Amino acid sequence: MSGPSTYVPKSAIGRWFESRLPVMGLVHSSFVAYPTPKNLNYWWTFGAILSFMLGAQIVTGVVLAMHYTPNTGLAFDSVEQIMRDVNWGWLLRYLHSNGASMFFLAVYVHIARGMYYGSYKAPREVLWLLGVVIFLLMMATAFMGYVLPWGQMSFWGATVITNLFSAIPLVGDTITTWLWGGYSVDNPTLNRFFSLHYLLPFMIAGVVVLHVWALHVVGQNNPAGVEIKDVEKDSVPFTPYATLKDSVGISAFLILYCWFVFFVPNYLGDPDNYINANPLQTPAHIVPEWYFLPFYAILRAIPSKLGGVIFMFGAIVMLVLLPWLDTSRVRSAVYRPVYKVLFWCFIACVIGLGYLGSQPPEGGAVLAARILTAFYFIYFLVLLPLLGLFETPRPVPASIADSVLEGGAAEPGRA
Amino acid sequence: MATQTAEPTRRDMLYIATGAAAAVATGAAVWPFIAQMNPDASTLALSSTELDIGAIPEGQIVTVKWRGKPVFVRHRTKKEIDEAEQVPLAQLPDPATDQSRVKKPEWLVVIGVCTHLGCIPLGHQGPYDGWFCPCHGSVYDTSGRIRQGPAPRNLDVPDYAFLTDTKIKIG
Repeated sequence: MSGPSTYVPKSAIGRWFESRLPVMGLVHSSFVAYPTPKNLNYWWTFGAILSFMLGAQIVTGVVLAMHYTPNTGLAFDSVEQIMRDVNWGWLLRYLHSNGASMFFLAVYVHIARGMYYGSYKAPREVLWLLGVVIFLLMMATAFMGYVLPWGQMSFWGATVITNLFSAIPLVGDTITTWLWGGYSVDNPTLNRFFSLHYLLPFMIAGVVVLHVWALHVVGQNNPAGVEIKDVEKDSVPFTPYATLKDSVGISAFLILYCWFVFFVPNYLGDPDNYINANPLQTPAHIVPEWYFLPFYAILRAIPSKLGGVIFMFGAIVMLVLLPWLDTSRVRSAVYRPVYKVLFWCFIACVIGLGYLGSQPPEGGAVLAARILTAFYFIYFLVLLPLLGLFETPRPVPASIADSVLEGGAAEPGRA
Repeated sequence: MATQTAEPTRRDMLYIATGAAAAVATGAAVWPFIAQMNPDASTLALSSTELDIGAIPEGQIVTVKWRGKPVFVRHRTKKEIDEAEQVPLAQLPDPATDQSRVKKPEWLVVIGVCTHLGCIPLGHQGPYDGWFCPCHGSVYDTSGRIRQGPAPRNLDVPDYAFLTDTKIKIG
């Protein structure tokens, strides 16, 4: 995917094959000889962790689909059958349901890393935008997957989210009826969600290929935020250095994943989803899965239906616009003293929104959600553009090698 | 191709006609894949529900399922009717008189789906003693009209008719 391949097949069969389909050379140049910045820290292993999670979700999902029945009369019971009767069914389902949470945890770390180190800046805008596309596909996939067990939260989550489209003027009701295949969330809805839930991960995989391709064209960003100038001095080959570092990251992440699966498999879920869907009774308190809570808080903070929907989707649009909203010429927050503080304020804001999204929309929670929603948008639309003009960055190292030889100064203040 | 002549040539005409035909054919081929997601004839067939309201005591709300959605049939008390009728229209986000929403003042029939995001509001709750939606806090009065919260519209009134004094047909 980058640079001329230096791959030379050792065997005669290898040479025969390579001259007909140079796929081994492609793998070699992309994942063996590929030069990675030598100062990458563990926050850079989340790309590999995400690739692993996508694979884990596809493998567990394909086998779960062998036992699941997408019919409103049978879906809930078929999931219980997976839990109780299918050999190792409990493990496969817990791996898949907690895997979704782990996938989102990893993607949020990955996005935050990109924001902290300015990985969205030129020439990596397309790389960043492909990432936003993957994030959107992930959200659609996770939402539809959550509907499949056909519990109370499945049903009412599906009702609330599909009703978001009814806020669109003129055509809203036509669109929701089209999405449902009826006048409410029902069997046609469950069937199409199952079909799409199976399809979308493979679309994600396709966009991941483009994402990695774009990454290997422009090269990786790094904690210093300066480009590789001298391949010899500034970089190390992907294999073994990045391969093994990624393996350590994946292993550590697996410990967390397994802790959830084996010790608190229902901690991140909602007990109401173990009640069969009832179209005539809304649960007292509807909450989405934790990874949607910040967006849910923004939706509820706006006292207007269309406005809430616009701001919620607008929160994602901010990510799309980010490469052009940040006007600073310096990439890494390491050399941007004010931005670094603001970034952590932003992270606190998103976590705060997540907390408020889990609370009933009453009293002080509504006001707090409005304040944090305002900060979320002001951060992107006002603070970032102005900061690039007024902030005085610290001197940026001349090269990656220089930043490493400063004595671990690539990231002062962090172990 | 048309570098020398300002006049459109026969080839230009054929080019545009072919392109237009291809676009129409593509649209026609795509349409079934879009339209299959809409409700089919069996879903569209207007089902109707009959309900004996003679057994509903004053003050009670009965929920019936119609087209997969709940319909609230509320036997309103004198106090609830008075409250609904005496509200000045200027106070309502979606102004509608109580008379325009009922066929007989004692009986209010509304689709029990919050016009915000489709949750089912809880009866006899909220500051107006009408309905309160637990999802996002919309408040409806005893005429099913939106009074507070994010919902944009009053609860919808379905088509219904009194077959007799004690029987209604919804749909």
